[in-house]
Amino acid sequence: MRLMAFAGRNTKEILRDPLNLAFGLGFPLILILLLSAIQANIPVELFEIQHLTPGITVFGLSFMTLFSATIISKDRGSSLLQRLYTTPLTPTDFILGYTLPIIPISIAQCMVCYAAALILGLEITVNILWSILFIIPVSVLYIALGLLCGSVFNDKQVGGICGALLTNLSAWLSGIWFDLDLVGGAFKKISYALPFVHAVELERSVLIGNFADVFPHIWWVLGYAVILLFLAVILFLRQMKAQ
Amino acid sequence: MDAIRTEGLTKKYKDVVAVDSLDLTVSKGELFSLLGVNGAGKTTTIKMLSCLTKPTSGDAFLNGKSICVEPSEVKKIIAVSPQETAVALGLSVRENLELMCGVHGFTKDKQNLKIKELTELLGLETVLAKKAGKLSGGWQRRLSIAMALISEPEILFLDEPTLGLDVLARSDLWDLITSLKGKVTIILTTHYMEEAEALSDRIAIMKDGKLLICATADDIKKTADTDNFEQAFIRIVKGALK
Repeated sequence: MRLMAFAGRNTKEILRDPLNLAFGLGFPLILILLLSAIQANIPVELFEIQHLTPGITVFGLSFMTLFSATIISKDRGSSLLQRLYTTPLTPTDFILGYTLPIIPISIAQCMVCYAAALILGLEITVNILWSILFIIPVSVLYIALGLLCGSVFNDKQVGGICGALLTNLSAWLSGIWFDLDLVGGAFKKISYALPFVHAVELERSVLIGNFADVFPHIWWVLGYAVILLFLAVILFLRQMKAQ
Repeated sequence: MDAIRTEGLTKKYKDVVAVDSLDLTVSKGELFSLLGVNGAGKTTTIKMLSCLTKPTSGDAFLNGKSICVEPSEVKKIIAVSPQETAVALGLSVRENLELMCGVHGFTKDKQNLKIKELTELLGLETVLAKKAGKLSGGWQRRLSIAMALISEPEILFLDEPTLGLDVLARSDLWDLITSLKGKVTIILTTHYMEEAEALSDRIAIMKDGKLLICATADDIKKTADTDNFEQAFIRIVKGALK
């Protein structure tokens, strides 16, 4: 009950910001349409719809990092959190209250991307449902990253770090826009040491029904999600104590 | 039983003693003001009493419950209206009140009852559907106090509730605070001398974390040998410098 009240408030705050809707749902949609138009004129294997859509669904989650980081940092900057700290809400209520509302938004974003992809010629298979299901652990990873950033940075810093730096990093190091083999070397090694490319390859494998190739990517995603969530909880509790 | 009793309440931040062995008692239903210049330790005292920060040493008992041993029990009987307006700006006034009902675990019926009651008490009817972020400073403060009152607290902390408000909004808020006297124990911090003098049953003046005096406004004026409360405050605080 208490958790739901707090989570409900967070959902409303996120969904009522028109910029969130524009970036969260609109931007990935525009990318799919634009890259599909390019693909229609200059065919590139990487931008074929069954290859492109899983990448865009993962890239779109970088906005979920921005959403979670922004709402926490803004709350920290105001006195609202201080007020709520004096209520019977527990630290678990706070962590879950910030995390849970963004999971359905992530799923909705993923569904919108697949709906657009279906219109653009993606074959209807049950694997689309699996892909939407597998986006949940990936979204937890991105939300945890937001929780972590929101607990450390103020809202202005969050705009720069999550809105610009992290979005670009998750784009370049994910193999969505170019084949990482083309760059190779340290760039590829760094990319594969981070979770973004694993999240994309996980989703690509699921969409084509190649579930054997889900491994080891799922372990990378889950591993990073658990570590980031753990760090995020520690840092959130630390700032809670400091307030 | 006293509403609040502090025993050697102390808070240190590295080498700085923000609150130094504070001993005071506040009776039930009393409106008690904490006065002091910046850095006197008022806000730190409120933060300790509202379980936002732990004391370095000493303890405080709110309706008999220790802030060190039973903070979750203390949180059930208190409410805080922080220095800055603490409202969810993206939510309507009604939704802000619903949020506070929700985090206190109220049933739907109780929620509707409390919102109706507080809306009438604070005159929020006309702004109930408006987004909090679109309200003036005065209305946001009213909402902030309504959010604090919704949990039916036994002890209410008002940290500089009229800061930055215009004369009319401040006067309205004074009327509201006066209407709460006797029903709830109120701890008020303020920089406005006339506010403390007009509203308080008793006043504590702090400086550098230490309690200089704790008495009624009249007794403080007598002690400082002046008819003007602001003069009395200045004399007492400056006297502490010598």
